[in-house]
Amino acid sequence: MPDLHEHEHGHDHAPGHAPPQPDETIHSYYQLLGLAMKELLIEKGVFTAEEMRAAIEARDAIEPAQGARVVARAWSDPAYKARLLADGPAAVREMGIDPGETHLIVVENTPQLHNVIVCTLCSCYPRQIIGLPPSWYKSREYRARIVREPRAVLKEFGTELPEHVELRVHDSTADMRYLVLPMQPSGSEGAGPDALAALVTRDCMIGVTVPKLG
Amino acid sequence: MRGPHDVGGLEAGPVETEAHPLTFWEKQIDAVNALLSQKGLKRTDENRRYVEMLGHDAYNCLNYYERWTASLSRMMIDKGVLTQDELDAKIAEIKARLGADAA
Amino acid sequence: MAERFSPGETVRIREAYPPGHIRTPVYVRGKVGVVTRPFGRFRNPETLAIGRDGYPEKMLYEVRFLQKDLWPDYRGSGSDTLLLDIYEHWLERAS
Repeated sequence: MPDLHEHEHGHDHAPGHAPPQPDETIHSYYQLLGLAMKELLIEKGVFTAEEMRAAIEARDAIEPAQGARVVARAWSDPAYKARLLADGPAAVREMGIDPGETHLIVVENTPQLHNVIVCTLCSCYPRQIIGLPPSWYKSREYRARIVREPRAVLKEFGTELPEHVELRVHDSTADMRYLVLPMQPSGSEGAGPDALAALVTRDCMIGVTVPKLG
Repeated sequence: MRGPHDVGGLEAGPVETEAHPLTFWEKQIDAVNALLSQKGLKRTDENRRYVEMLGHDAYNCLNYYERWTASLSRMMIDKGVLTQDELDAKIAEIKARLGADAA
Repeated sequence: MAERFSPGETVRIREAYPPGHIRTPVYVRGKVGVVTRPFGRFRNPETLAIGRDGYPEKMLYEVRFLQKDLWPDYRGSGSDTLLLDIYEHWLERAS
């Protein structure tokens, strides 16, 4: 039985706007509306319950670990890295990942350049490569502030960059989807692919953190 | 002159850096969205437009997948796939079903 | 035929506020940046959003801004940048 009051934390309340009352009634209504819509669409034959299950499983099957394998390969194989930067979709296909229709652009961090990704207008994200975006990526707080005070936001994630490093924010406003290729942490040279992939988190492929050893 | 979604550069509070996993309900809405696209009933761009048209109050009160629920249900009504009456009746039916389970 | 922009060219984002589904955020409208690369032609989201087929396609460009040019109170490095992907009909040549 679905929990009517189970919902995402951190409602996007705009500062200065009093939330409409009663909040819980509205959220409960939307839980019901979502279920009603789903059930009606199945009843009307738009899709089947089995297709629903398959769609949920397909989403669940794509995880950041998939992208981590791509990063690990790029760290170990300069020729692969060059192909990845030149043609993201083709390079991820080499790793057995289906990018679908994603127009994937991989952007490389260097000692002089740090990339971070956002979609200020909604939540565009390389879903086919690394799965669904984290809740904070979709939040008003991240979308509003990462374009204007990116260093302060990165600090909230525990990431501080020297001033000489260019911090480059990519706002995914159109058809391209961005993945950050973080720098390989020093001390990890020569490690095997699994060990390298284990260093690569979702957050460092968005660019809010960097891979760390240990 | 901003839509409620066009938040780049606005003042906002600290980012909640701990991600919350999706609830099962949210996964269902995500799947409904994917299937409606697959079946050719809507485009992603239409979904975005409907979310943007929610207005500031609704946009900021509803969470991410609630906004999609609002957008998709309104879109399906506008496209003649569902009616509001059908949704209302189904909501009542689900409420009764859940109430009966809880009894 | 719409203007074509070359990498390195200085452009201004059109200062227009039409209603409807627009993928040019308000925070860059009227701002000056540099085209870095073209991304090819894509269907127009503004018409896709109202159920049309999105043709004719629009050229999409990556445009780079210096953060200090976007925000008068920018607190960060003078070399920090912001890149967005903007459709051709939102760009004007800037002298």
